[in-house]
Amino acid sequence: MDWSNVFSQAFTQGIGVQAVIFAIAAIGLNVQFGYTGLLNFGQAAFLAVAAYGLGVSIAFAGLSIWVGLLIGIAAAVLLALLLGIPTLRLRADYLAIVTIAAAEILRLVFRSVTFNPVFGGSDGINRFADDFYALNPFSAGVKIGPIDFSANDMWIVVVGWVLVAFLSLLVFLMMRSPWGRVIKAIREDEDAVRSLGKSVYAYKMQALIIGGVMGCFGGFVAAIALQSIQPDYYGTELTFYAYAVLILGGAARVLGPIVGSVVFWFMLVFIDSALSNAVSSGAITFIQSTQVGQIRYWILGLALMLLMIYRPQGILGDKKELSLDAR
Amino acid sequence: MPDDLKHLVDALQTVPQEAGVPKPDPILVADGVRRHFGGLTAVDVDHVEIQRGTITALIGPNGAGKTTFFNLLTGFDKPNEGQWTFEGRQLAGVRPHKVAQYGMVRTFQLTKALSRLTVMENMRLGAQDQRGEKLFASIFPFLWRKQEDEISERALRLLASFNLDQKQDDMAGSLSGGQRKLLEMARALMVEPDMVMLDEPMAGVNPALTQSLLDHIRQVRDRGTTVLFVEHDMDMVRDISDWVVVMSQGRVIAEGPPHDVMSNEAVIDAYLGVHHDRPLTDTGEALTAHPEEA
Repeated sequence: MDWSNVFSQAFTQGIGVQAVIFAIAAIGLNVQFGYTGLLNFGQAAFLAVAAYGLGVSIAFAGLSIWVGLLIGIAAAVLLALLLGIPTLRLRADYLAIVTIAAAEILRLVFRSVTFNPVFGGSDGINRFADDFYALNPFSAGVKIGPIDFSANDMWIVVVGWVLVAFLSLLVFLMMRSPWGRVIKAIREDEDAVRSLGKSVYAYKMQALIIGGVMGCFGGFVAAIALQSIQPDYYGTELTFYAYAVLILGGAARVLGPIVGSVVFWFMLVFIDSALSNAVSSGAITFIQSTQVGQIRYWILGLALMLLMIYRPQGILGDKKELSLDAR
Repeated sequence: MPDDLKHLVDALQTVPQEAGVPKPDPILVADGVRRHFGGLTAVDVDHVEIQRGTITALIGPNGAGKTTFFNLLTGFDKPNEGQWTFEGRQLAGVRPHKVAQYGMVRTFQLTKALSRLTVMENMRLGAQDQRGEKLFASIFPFLWRKQEDEISERALRLLASFNLDQKQDDMAGSLSGGQRKLLEMARALMVEPDMVMLDEPMAGVNPALTQSLLDHIRQVRDRGTTVLFVEHDMDMVRDISDWVVVMSQGRVIAEGPPHDVMSNEAVIDAYLGVHHDRPLTDTGEALTAHPEEA
């Protein structure tokens, strides 16, 4: 068995572009769910509108990448308003239902035949981000220890982690401010916050927009890194993996999404490549290499269940805080 | 009690003891407030006024509509009809956070301490017009740091007067039931309200704490804040209230100073039932006297 190859892949993917995308998606969810208590089950939609906003602006409308980014952000804000206005005055579950449905509706619209000329149907939009890679300062691939990136991967990964750091700093600053205090109080008890003269609706709307806009940068990274926007990438799994990442790392912790995403992708890739390696080298004979893809999710799911049983607060969470009754 | 506030309480002595009576200096005036739940009329208040600067108790048997009336006045529930003014301002249809901003702040029957915030953070949350509560200002601490320090100082003084200053860094969820009641009251005062509305401040409080809680409520009045509270505990009502409003089946049935109102026949009837003081045979006779109904 080639352990060095297994570790090389796991470390590379653990800080790779998928880890960046899910860290960013989870940072947005952390603002919404972790701090404010909003059940947004449609985070994938925020990434999707951002990615399509960018892709359509460049590939269909011929605009520059910078205008495309602004259009993507505007789309995320608009989506948040659209989802929030009818639901945020109602009980928490309504937002959950509306977001999960809206995300699926958007995905189906993006992949529909009717809009094929604009959104590219199920093939999506491809090769539109050359302008981004033209700025690449890395002329060759980078290899440090077990970590191995091509020049283009290195560029998007560096930009991605800088983004993650910037967004995390913003979350840190916001959550230690009086604004963050109101947000956390809303998670505990909305009526108490109302009785103290704060417009809960306005704060929830702000949190939904901020979380959506933060998450939408994950869509930009995904679109640019893959040079491709596939509608089915933005399915419900994306949202639920982002939740897994957030809860694994620790909700309502600034670094929770980062730790969660790195551990999640390290584990997934480690299990995957260790199993593939074991099968191809003959160490394991009772499964075939084509089954590895499913089995890695079984093992990851089991690991997440054990985590929830023995460490429900996540890696960085505070058990004492979790045990305080929410009343 | 300071002299400049004492006349407000004394003024009640000349007020006649009848339901819906006008007060010399009302802070809150409600007219025709009605709330139906299906076929049930939970609140049906024709007219009631609350005197400024006093402690007014709202009492009544279970299901009298006291808490519902509270919810209506503070905007947490919407009446089917009715008007009410606070400090002369029309409040019907105003959203709850606006009601609080106008100076009428309530607490809840089931205490709503924000468990996973510290006691100090709970207190700071009550302060109004905070610059740091604006989304964009929040990421620039220099814009709100000074105000935050002033708020913390005020919070600490209030906590000290409620004997909670030792607990300021504890999570509110770790406090006892009585301490949470105190915290909720102190937090409401951080809003600097003109009137606080306490929904059963004694519910679930250790009897040993009762006396100090009563003192705290008196203290609130003596700072010039009007107090309206819902309570079941008659001893407490007798002890601290300046005026008592009695509700039964959604209506205001009597008003008056605590000692007089408790001997009012309508009130006793409401609490104990109409026939409570008649001998059983009497009731029996009353029934047999109308055989045609049987």
